Amino acid sequence: MMRRCFVVLAAALTFGAGPALAEDTVPVGAIEILSGPSAAYGIAIRAGLELALDEVNVHGVLGGRKIALTIEDSAGLKDQAINAARKLIGRDKVIAIIGPTLSNEMFAVGPVTNERRIPTVGTSTTAVGVTAIGPFIFRTSLPEADVIPVTLKKAMSRGVKTIALVYANDDVFSKSGFDVMKAAAEKAGLNIVAIESFGSKDTDFSAQLTKIKALKPDAVGISALVEPTSGVLLQARQLGFGSETLFIGGNGANSPKLGEIAGAAADGLIVGSPWFIGKPDPANQQFVADFRKKYSKDPDQFAAQAFDALRIVAAAINRAGAADPVKLREALTQTTFSGVTGPFAFTAGRDPASAAGVVVLVMQGGKFGIAP
Amino acid sequence: MLAQQLINGVLLGASYALFALGFTLMFGVLRVINLTYGFYFSAGAFAALFLTRDAGLGIWAALPLAAVTAGLIAVALDWLLLAPLRRKRAPELASLMVTLGGVLALYSAATAILGPDIRRLPPGLVDGTVFELAGLRVATPQLFILVASFVLVGALVWLLNFTRLGLAIRAMAENPDAAGLMGIDTGRTAALVSFVAGCLAGAGGVLIGLNFNAIHPYMGESMMLRGFVVVIVGGLGDIRGALIAGLALGVVEVLTAGYVDSGLKEAVAFAILVAVLWTRPSGLFGRPALRRA
Repeated sequence: MMRRCFVVLAAALTFGAGPALAEDTVPVGAIEILSGPSAAYGIAIRAGLELALDEVNVHGVLGGRKIALTIEDSAGLKDQAINAARKLIGRDKVIAIIGPTLSNEMFAVGPVTNERRIPTVGTSTTAVGVTAIGPFIFRTSLPEADVIPVTLKKAMSRGVKTIALVYANDDVFSKSGFDVMKAAAEKAGLNIVAIESFGSKDTDFSAQLTKIKALKPDAVGISALVEPTSGVLLQARQLGFGSETLFIGGNGANSPKLGEIAGAAADGLIVGSPWFIGKPDPANQQFVADFRKKYSKDPDQFAAQAFDALRIVAAAINRAGAADPVKLREALTQTTFSGVTGPFAFTAGRDPASAAGVVVLVMQGGKFGIAP
Repeated sequence: MLAQQLINGVLLGASYALFALGFTLMFGVLRVINLTYGFYFSAGAFAALFLTRDAGLGIWAALPLAAVTAGLIAVALDWLLLAPLRRKRAPELASLMVTLGGVLALYSAATAILGPDIRRLPPGLVDGTVFELAGLRVATPQLFILVASFVLVGALVWLLNFTRLGLAIRAMAENPDAAGLMGIDTGRTAALVSFVAGCLAGAGGVLIGLNFNAIHPYMGESMMLRGFVVVIVGGLGDIRGALIAGLALGVVEVLTAGYVDSGLKEAVAFAILVAVLWTRPSGLFGRPALRRA
């Protein structure tokens, strides 16, 4: 008996030990912006992923194996994001990649991971065309094309007929948001009186805003990241825009930072959101409570989407029945999930299927609330 | 609308000029493109943030303290990064690369320690009143920037032309070796120039941070490119040139955005830089370099 055990053990050591050890965990990668000027997004996403990881690893996947999550920093740079993807696939042998943070980066990384047949799930990439990169590219973030029409409908119910659009022209996220906003405004029958652009690192918007003010539009739509959006609002108030002009934010405005940076200048701005901290359902309230407990701060949309994404991937690994990227891709397409961002499934084009979870928010006193 | 646009341009230009003053001083005297300059700007803004938010000081107490903090950082960095190279008479390119490496390390370290988040100075620190006259609007922090840039230009011109220190600085700008032979302590003068430049950057960081209400470790970096244009177009080391070039750049950017296309404002601004250098290689107000045979 003793001797037989020993033989089995020896055989295991000789033939199975290497792979068996490697298979103790299921390697999953993530590429997010953890340093540089846009690190706030990646850090929020990392927080969401790690919170979900704690939850998933209580029971593990595939009958008790833990997910080993490796998060690489892209610094917001396409080259660094591609290197991170190669490292994750080549060295860490990940079976799925979450991220990268920006649509810009996804357009660089997606073709690489798609060719290597590694399912790649964007949690914050909302630009048009992201999932068209290839069959291995997914996203859980609702594209702006689904969110903006809901926001504009709310604006029109308040009597908005004319609109001016401003956007950051040097970043795919903002430009794509603008394209969507313009198309949605045209489709809704709004009269677009002016289109102005700026650079996402600009701090001065006075020329564009002065021009818009002279045209007296009912609303101003802003498609930019939260920092320039705040800058636009602060300067708009200096230039005398009052409550008669409704400011409409794109996805970038949907961050608690807007209230922190712009303060009272942001009051009255409306924005559509796939998620809201104040959504009353128990799953969401549990998430918010857990997040606050772990990080001593409030989660944002990016953290919430990341939190759902990792759990969607974990559930798909279970359905795939093996730590295999191609089987995982098949399993992901069959997703039906209910998360903190609402009910979730993928379309045939690997985009989120439903806009049912969208809430229109209004900024008041530095905080978002659900718009009446 | 034209009047308001011109005011917008002048206010924007004043912030460029305010940023560029210390940069051009350093450039003109120490003959080094010191890229760490942008970091003093961020450092001044952060010092003001901590002094007002955590130590509870008012802005008029925090502004000079923040400026001095940035000045001391500038002296320390000059001593650490550039003084050894000056002693070894290293070529200018080496100094440039050292400051490039230094500033990237500093920005990353600051981001790692302070976080990448954008902070704002406590609300109500300055009166946010907007002055309105005949439909033209100017906010209080913008007026501060405008007044500060003119006052500081005046003070610098006085310092350089009417004080013994100014004489020493000008002598050193002309020829450091000869200045040394004449009994000027060039090491001390270099440190003082760094200190003054750092103070100017720090004060600029506080005022500009106050106006745009966004303080983050990389805020100096985004100003650097405009700072370069202003310094080069104004003429290296030319204080009045920096003021005029700053205002001109601001007005050109605003008018392009207002009347041509907002997407073209940088293209026009930088095309003007190229055109100026074609016709006047020493900058708009610079005299051709006679020395350096």
